[in-house]
Amino acid sequence: MEENLVHQEHKNTPGYGYNILIWLTLISLTCVSVAVAGLDLGAYILLTALVIATIKSTLVINIFMHIKFDDPIFKLFFSLIIFTLFVFFVLTAFDILYR
Amino acid sequence: MSNSNSIPIKSFYEYEGKHKGILGWILSTDHKRIGLLYLWSMVGFFLVGVFLGFLMRLEMLSMGPTIMGPQTYNAIFTLHGIIMIFLFIVPGIPAAFGNFLLPIMIGAEDVQFPRLNLLSWWLYVTGGLFAIVSLFLSGGPIDTGWTFYVPYSIRTSTQVILPLLAAFILGFSSILTGINFITTVHRMRAKGMTFFKLPLFVWALYATGWIQIIGTPVIGITILLVIIERVFSVGLFDPALGGDPILFQHLFWIYSHPAVYIMILPAMGVVSEIIPTFARKHIFGYKAIAFSSLAIAFIGTLVWGHHMFTSGMSDTARWVYSFLTYIVALPSAVKVFNWVATMYKGSIRMSAPFAFVMAFIVLFSIGGLTGLILGSVATNVHVHDTYFVVAHFHFVMFGGTGFIFFAAMHYWFAKMFGKMYNEKIAMTAVGILTVGFLMLYFTMFILGYEGMPRRYYDYLPQFQFLHIFATVGSWVLISGLLLMFGNLLYSLKKGAPAKANPWNGMTLEWMTSSPPPFENFNYHPEIKYGPYEYEHYDEAVKDEYK
Amino acid sequence: MNTNSQNIAHHRDDFGSKMGMWLFLFTELILFGGLFIMYMVYRVEYTEQFHLAAKELNLALGTINTLILLTSSLTMVLSIVAIGRGSKKVSIIYLIATILLALGFMVIKAFEWGAKFSHGLYPGGAELANLSNGEVIFFGMYFVMTGLHALHVLIGVVILSFMLVFLLRDKINKDNFIKLEAGGLYWHLVDLIWIYLFPLFYLLH
Repeated sequence: MEENLVHQEHKNTPGYGYNILIWLTLISLTCVSVAVAGLDLGAYILLTALVIATIKSTLVINIFMHIKFDDPIFKLFFSLIIFTLFVFFVLTAFDILYR
Repeated sequence: MSNSNSIPIKSFYEYEGKHKGILGWILSTDHKRIGLLYLWSMVGFFLVGVFLGFLMRLEMLSMGPTIMGPQTYNAIFTLHGIIMIFLFIVPGIPAAFGNFLLPIMIGAEDVQFPRLNLLSWWLYVTGGLFAIVSLFLSGGPIDTGWTFYVPYSIRTSTQVILPLLAAFILGFSSILTGINFITTVHRMRAKGMTFFKLPLFVWALYATGWIQIIGTPVIGITILLVIIERVFSVGLFDPALGGDPILFQHLFWIYSHPAVYIMILPAMGVVSEIIPTFARKHIFGYKAIAFSSLAIAFIGTLVWGHHMFTSGMSDTARWVYSFLTYIVALPSAVKVFNWVATMYKGSIRMSAPFAFVMAFIVLFSIGGLTGLILGSVATNVHVHDTYFVVAHFHFVMFGGTGFIFFAAMHYWFAKMFGKMYNEKIAMTAVGILTVGFLMLYFTMFILGYEGMPRRYYDYLPQFQFLHIFATVGSWVLISGLLLMFGNLLYSLKKGAPAKANPWNGMTLEWMTSSPPPFENFNYHPEIKYGPYEYEHYDEAVKDEYK
Repeated sequence: MNTNSQNIAHHRDDFGSKMGMWLFLFTELILFGGLFIMYMVYRVEYTEQFHLAAKELNLALGTINTLILLTSSLTMVLSIVAIGRGSKKVSIIYLIATILLALGFMVIKAFEWGAKFSHGLYPGGAELANLSNGEVIFFGMYFVMTGLHALHVLIGVVILSFMLVFLLRDKINKDNFIKLEAGGLYWHLVDLIWIYLFPLFYLLH
């Protein structure tokens, strides 16, 4: 049964071309983020940088780390962890933002 | 051993693997041997911790120095906390009983990663050794309290780095166990064992595994930061250089609060096994109890700030954490109600495990209810850092998890060692333990409420009587411990041989010999019924295990 | 059931191995998560000084390192694709490329840190003592976070070197490459952390 699972995942594995495409996207996004950092966006600089970083991460996690093609349970676990981290940030912020 | 009609099964003790003698134990990847290795090491550390507590109570018999000075007292309560928490209660039930029983209860041959499991134990031993060695290194024993708050933990000249490294290593051990258990539950259940046919002890271990994974890394980074501060004076927690000491407390408690759920959830899992067995009745609200474990695990990660109400945190944060703290009490209450409902109209068979559970319900409820007093900011300010807190956590950790650790020792004694303990002596021990416990710790609620600060070796005259009363209680408690352990040790040698299923249970550990064979079962278990469906007992249980 | 077996006859479970690896990666995420929380707190408190201090960092080197790590993630994936198709030699080449890129990252990092040290911009350093608290904290966070990250890069180099040996000895092969996948997952995590470190430290101006 497990053998089937392993084969299924490997069938869906992107090949060389697809991965290189993703890599090019990542490189471009990096260049964009560097270029944008030079602009005067004031308070939005942080948000922009984080959004771009998150897009890059999503690509790495989904494609390079294969979570998109693997059993949904990995997506579930990962979401759980991200949500928990998010909550840690929010609750800590309740302290420092309101001191 | 099984009944006389069948061939005696070779127990895992008699199994001969690659290594012989003591190496066959300390290099074994058999989850049963690893569980026992943990059990012995843990009980050893527990007794050291008890001895330190005994010394502390002797010191508190009279005002001023009694048998030691303040520096020694600080070192002793620090060590008491470190040992009891990191070397006993946190690894506790999962490492000893979880390791032994989880694979058997799901019908598996071992855990998912047996070699990682052995590594977990070796890390545990290494952590313990580091902690012991640290006592003798330059600076002398650490005196920061087990909570090693900054700035003191950075400035004290006592030996801090090594015990912190010990805690780091122990955390790693805990993480690996969590990873192992979660993967095992997902991947190695026997045929027919769906998630909702799992014994509740397994649910508890599963939920605990998640907390081990999510919480422990945060204390890992906290420890590393304090070590870096001591060596490089980076300034991240130093107000003089712009650091924020309250940030340390956040990071510390983000682990250390969920840690208490690592301590209590497995114990609650054991209670959910013992009650149906000795009430011979299906657990009331199986799914509610299963989900409440997950709920406690999750909500428990959100409430850490309730340790920091007087720290200088913002008011907004204080009421947010207080609110969340009240929410986390709810799933625990659900469990208590369901346990009591299970007993109602059940056919109760009194025994030491059941007696421990009775005591647990009372002691844990008291501990839990006093948690509400601590969880409310207004009352917290009055009792924070007093003996009230000390009483609260001893009620939940000792009267709670500790007593269930003892219950588990008795409940699964037959399975692990193939012998029966003496029931009368065990029951007597439960009684003595409960009396001693209440004398020692209930008194502390009063002491704390009246203003006695914690971690002080000296006190005002008005506290004298209560301190003496508590210390006498500690002697009663220790007598109970000695009687209990003495009984168990004696029974190891001289106890009556145990049947496979002395309690007529229906979870899988009772469907194999006592002690089990190396592969856990000499057949492939297939599950048709749930773990507490006693109405199907005759059909579900093979003759030799009735 | 074979009662004479030396060990429990574990049938291979790649899914389980992958699950175990992901669970471990979660602990690394949370380990760094704690540091990111600290970063958030201090950035809120010292917004101006963080912007000031960030000017001392070398944007070019930081960007190059980011590109290096992203590329190493690509070569890592390609190594796995290759072995999945039975191309052992190609897989080896990509794995070696990954390791070399990782070492390149470390070399650049060493330059960066070396430059800071020689300018007295380190905890306890002469130049740092003259700076405001917020700037001191910025550099504190910088050294701790990039330092811990660099340690993980080094560990990654060790892990991938082991994988290289396994690959050379055919212990990792077309029909069994879960080890390489697990090593790859670890490597991508190292990349992921840097994806966030880069903008938070180098793109502040």
